[in-house]
Amino acid sequence: MAVAKNNIHTDLLFAISKGCFAYRTNNVLLDIDLDLVPGQFYGLIGPNGSGKTTLLDLLTATRPLQSGQIMFQGKALADYAKKELAVKIALVPQQFAMGFDFTVSDLVLMGRYPYIPRFSNPSQRDLDLVDEAMHVMQIHTLRHRLITDLSGGEKQRVVVARALAQDTEVLVLDEATSNLDIHHTIEIMHVIRKLVRDQGRTVIAAIHDLNLAAAFCDQVIVLKEGRIFTTGPVGEALTADLITEVFQVQAEVQAATLNHSPRIHYTLS
Amino acid sequence: MSSKSPFILMSLALFLAVAIILATGMGFLAIAPLEVIQVVWAKVRGAGIAAGINPTFPFVIMEVRLPRILAAAIVGGGLAVAGAVFQAILLNPLADPYTLGVSSGAAFGASLALVLGIMGITVPLLFSVPLFAFIGAMTTLVVVFALAAPDGRLSSNTLILSGVIVAAILSAGIGFIKYLADEQVGVIIFWLMGSFVGKTWSDVTLTAVFVFPGLLLTLYFARDLNIMALGGRTADTLGVDSRKVKKILLVCASLMTAICVSVSGIIGFVGLIIPHLLRLVLGPDNRLLIPACFFGGAILLLTADTITRAWLPTELPIGVLTSLIGGPFFCYIFRKKQLGQR
Repeated sequence: MAVAKNNIHTDLLFAISKGCFAYRTNNVLLDIDLDLVPGQFYGLIGPNGSGKTTLLDLLTATRPLQSGQIMFQGKALADYAKKELAVKIALVPQQFAMGFDFTVSDLVLMGRYPYIPRFSNPSQRDLDLVDEAMHVMQIHTLRHRLITDLSGGEKQRVVVARALAQDTEVLVLDEATSNLDIHHTIEIMHVIRKLVRDQGRTVIAAIHDLNLAAAFCDQVIVLKEGRIFTTGPVGEALTADLITEVFQVQAEVQAATLNHSPRIHYTLS
Repeated sequence: MSSKSPFILMSLALFLAVAIILATGMGFLAIAPLEVIQVVWAKVRGAGIAAGINPTFPFVIMEVRLPRILAAAIVGGGLAVAGAVFQAILLNPLADPYTLGVSSGAAFGASLALVLGIMGITVPLLFSVPLFAFIGAMTTLVVVFALAAPDGRLSSNTLILSGVIVAAILSAGIGFIKYLADEQVGVIIFWLMGSFVGKTWSDVTLTAVFVFPGLLLTLYFARDLNIMALGGRTADTLGVDSRKVKKILLVCASLMTAICVSVSGIIGFVGLIIPHLLRLVLGPDNRLLIPACFFGGAILLLTADTITRAWLPTELPIGVLTSLIGGPFFCYIFRKKQLGQR
């Protein structure tokens, strides 16, 4: 596998071997073998129903694997306590429905939950990280607003800030930007990109928009019908043939230049 | 949790204490608040009653009024806390303690006990009605959980739908029992409307034994409930075992509801409106909201019970009264809040 070959001496972050998961008829994953190394921005792409969300659920341990194994930092993922994982892996979900009117800063502070003992108040460090996350996501001015009064884009930035406040080595995004306008999408992707580049964090993001994946990710993991179709660096793996085969569209890939990431054009047959 | 929280809770507790003392003094035989305190204090210490106090007062206070008042307060607090828990877990501000059909189960059990009594096949009535109601409530809970179980995440839609289905079947059953009761159907209808008439210290003990530990357990998990408002998946990645917390608290809140219903009959409104209203005023943080709901529910039901007992010429069923007073009040608050947001 391309990822493993390039970094064979690096410590693996995740190592999935023979991973299988089946839930009713959809959400099926079969024979997943996947090695992920730290410090990379992974884009998870594939058609609807190819198992992207299920794979993310397995990586965040919110669903148990039915057969096979997932190792995380050299230890079986299933052997970690939930609280242990909560300080290592954060999730940004796609949909966020909040029926209760917490304030923005309350909600971002929830990201510090795994660090604050029950019946204790947040420490100065907790509050500082919450502040920082709100600044990074530019929601600082909204801090006293109620989450229920925000627009969809503002809400999603709050959710990302919540995950940033969690201050984890691994960030998992499940189509975190698909409800946002292009401006906010690119803004969030830049912030995430910086986390990987400057702080060596690892990001695994399910992304629908292939151009977005091509522009921001280091590596892609391509899923088709519950199996890993291919993995590899964006420039090598994202070919016109692959896109045609996986997504059933006619594709054309413009290679990356000094100033531009690769560009993908596609039409229906 | 804001720094104002302890102050808010202390004020509510003080308000409840004052309400209990004032309510104890009210009724056909008016007793001054100071005398109420003197009598209760003397009883607690096991000392004799001071001279100058009417010798019938201790009996009226200790054996007639106080048990009824405390039962009303504990039931009100229990229902409101259960309501807050259901709303938080089902992520639905319109949920109430009866959402999972617990009240219908209790009503079915109680109706069954009453109709058996009417048909002359039974153990002493006083003992059997609460017991049957409790068994009915718990059986319903088990059935609802079994129906919802295949959905591993116990999503709120599945739970609410299961509750609605079971409640619908049970109300058909209650209808059949009412039909069997024939001319004596009034006994069943009166029980269903709820009342605290003739409550004794054993009722107080029974409710306290369920409601107070239930309250402590929900307080323990209050912070997790806040996190679970983010959705089960996110809560799990924040280190909350949301499925476990859900199960524990649903069973806990249903048990509190079941015991309240079996002691007092079905009292609507408290469990829906008190958490809702307090959330509008205090915000959604369950660490403050849940204890505040206990005091709020206790104060509301105690007040309503005192009104039917001491003010009205005839005793209205308390369930009817709570809805009649609280409903319009809620409409007012709700409307004001809606207008304020624009």
